[in-house]
Amino acid sequence: MSRIPLPYNPKVMDLFRNPKNLGKMDDATVVAVAGNPACGDMITFYLKITDKDVIERASFESYGCAANIATSSIVTEMIKGLSLEQAWLDVTWKKVTEEIGGLPSVKFHCGVLAVGALKRAIRQYFKQKGALIPSWMPAENTFEEKQALEEEELAKLLSKRLKTEEKAEK
Amino acid sequence: MVENVKELLKLHEGITHEVYLDNENSSVIPQEIVDEMLPYFNKKAYGNPTLTHKPGWEAFEVIMNCFQTISKSIGAKNLEDITFTPGETEANNLAIMGSCFARKSMGKKIVISEIEPINVLQVAEMMQKFGFTIQKISVNPDGFINLEKLKEAVDNETVLVSVSSVNNEIGTVQPIKEAVDIVKAKNPQTLFHTDASDAYGRIPLNVQDLNIDLATLSSYKILGPRGMGAMYLRDGVNMERILEGQIGTQKLWPGVENTPLIVGFTKACELAFQNFEANVAKMRSLRDKLVDGIFTELDDLRFNGPKGNQRAPDNANVSILRAEGEALTIELSLKGVYVSSGSACSRRLLQPSHVLVAIGRRFSEAHGSILMKTTRYQSEQDIDYVLSVLPPSVNRIRGIVGSTGVD
Repeated sequence: MSRIPLPYNPKVMDLFRNPKNLGKMDDATVVAVAGNPACGDMITFYLKITDKDVIERASFESYGCAANIATSSIVTEMIKGLSLEQAWLDVTWKKVTEEIGGLPSVKFHCGVLAVGALKRAIRQYFKQKGALIPSWMPAENTFEEKQALEEEELAKLLSKRLKTEEKAEK
Repeated sequence: MVENVKELLKLHEGITHEVYLDNENSSVIPQEIVDEMLPYFNKKAYGNPTLTHKPGWEAFEVIMNCFQTISKSIGAKNLEDITFTPGETEANNLAIMGSCFARKSMGKKIVISEIEPINVLQVAEMMQKFGFTIQKISVNPDGFINLEKLKEAVDNETVLVSVSSVNNEIGTVQPIKEAVDIVKAKNPQTLFHTDASDAYGRIPLNVQDLNIDLATLSSYKILGPRGMGAMYLRDGVNMERILEGQIGTQKLWPGVENTPLIVGFTKACELAFQNFEANVAKMRSLRDKLVDGIFTELDDLRFNGPKGNQRAPDNANVSILRAEGEALTIELSLKGVYVSSGSACSRRLLQPSHVLVAIGRRFSEAHGSILMKTTRYQSEQDIDYVLSVLPPSVNRIRGIVGSTGVD
């Protein structure tokens, strides 16, 4: 059971209560998911990207706590109108946390996951387009993408363990 | 951080109705219990009960009456069988550590159920540092302990078995009598401890009939003050203290007796048992109304724990699929309904309620779980209010989730 006090700040609460850019986007250029419901933490980003690689619109859906909802929402606000390069380089998890007025330390991973989902979306876009990877995008996964992967691997492991235990019971 | 909390509290201004259903984690102390406690802070019996003056003797007299009331309420033989502790956490620590330390030459094995509350589970796990081993007994999908496995587990090395009478999260009423008989038949030397915090005041509990050696009671779980609990120890069972200091009226817990809290706990006990049947019926009817209402209003739910008489009368635990529990507790709080969740979401360790996982719930089901406990002080109107607030709250959170949370 969760027992850590979570004094969310007013900005987090405001975005939790009135999330901006919420919901599926039917004409999204790219859709990316990060996290896993088994972790209680999952984000979907929808990005509408112009021919000139600029993010025209962004929206999200979130299965998670108030911090997860608020960080996802603020990321969609922060990246609107940015070029993919700017979004990749400037929107770090620390900046997201700052922008939202700070998070309790146990919730830092929400910002990390949101940025992980964003980077995944951008990577996905270039793959989809069949374009060359731009020079500003490292071939290897970034810290945030690795964290998202790690969380998903952990969820897989946990559910695998559960299934093994179920079998053992039978 | 504190500034944030001030702002958070401001968001709650204008709430018209409040219903506190988080009786698992704390409780509203009824005014009649507060009134009973107040004089003992500064009007009478404020002395140390072991000292030779009027305020001390006053304290001694009232505390002895409290020992009497609490010991009678669980059918204990002597009032000395009760030790007041500053809560059920301390009582569980004393019961497990104290009995194991006193028996370390007899064996080094502790057997518990896998759905024990944290303050049994972690104490037992901690005992590994002292060379003890633990074996956890599995439970079925309703949380009932596997008695066959319990029988297999108890051996000559087993010093202690600890199984809660009622599970604190899913309300399972364990077959304690059968479990005690199985344990004693395998090894008469093995002690049987039960955390009865969630059974006390909810199901009949007689330590002598059940043949229990050790039991834990909680004050706040019967609506008494927090910071107070008790441990029952059967007469003649050897036990070690786990804290040292000035010994007063009780051998197993040093320090000055907290008379006002002991009085409050005792008053809570009297009130709980005065109209036991009616009290239980009230909790049960409110709980049933709550659960029926939730299942009428919403779909994609899982009811956690058993139904019927093998469930504690106050406990409701429902997994709300496609919603995350922490978000839901906050959403409900803003409308004056206070519940807790089995979600892991405040932890990086990604561990949802171990109880829900043990009964085979998927992690996503555990994350969406909410735990509610009714009390006899609540009304039908309170439950109506909860039922008016819960569906729109769930629907808003599900709206944020969209198609994302489906695994």
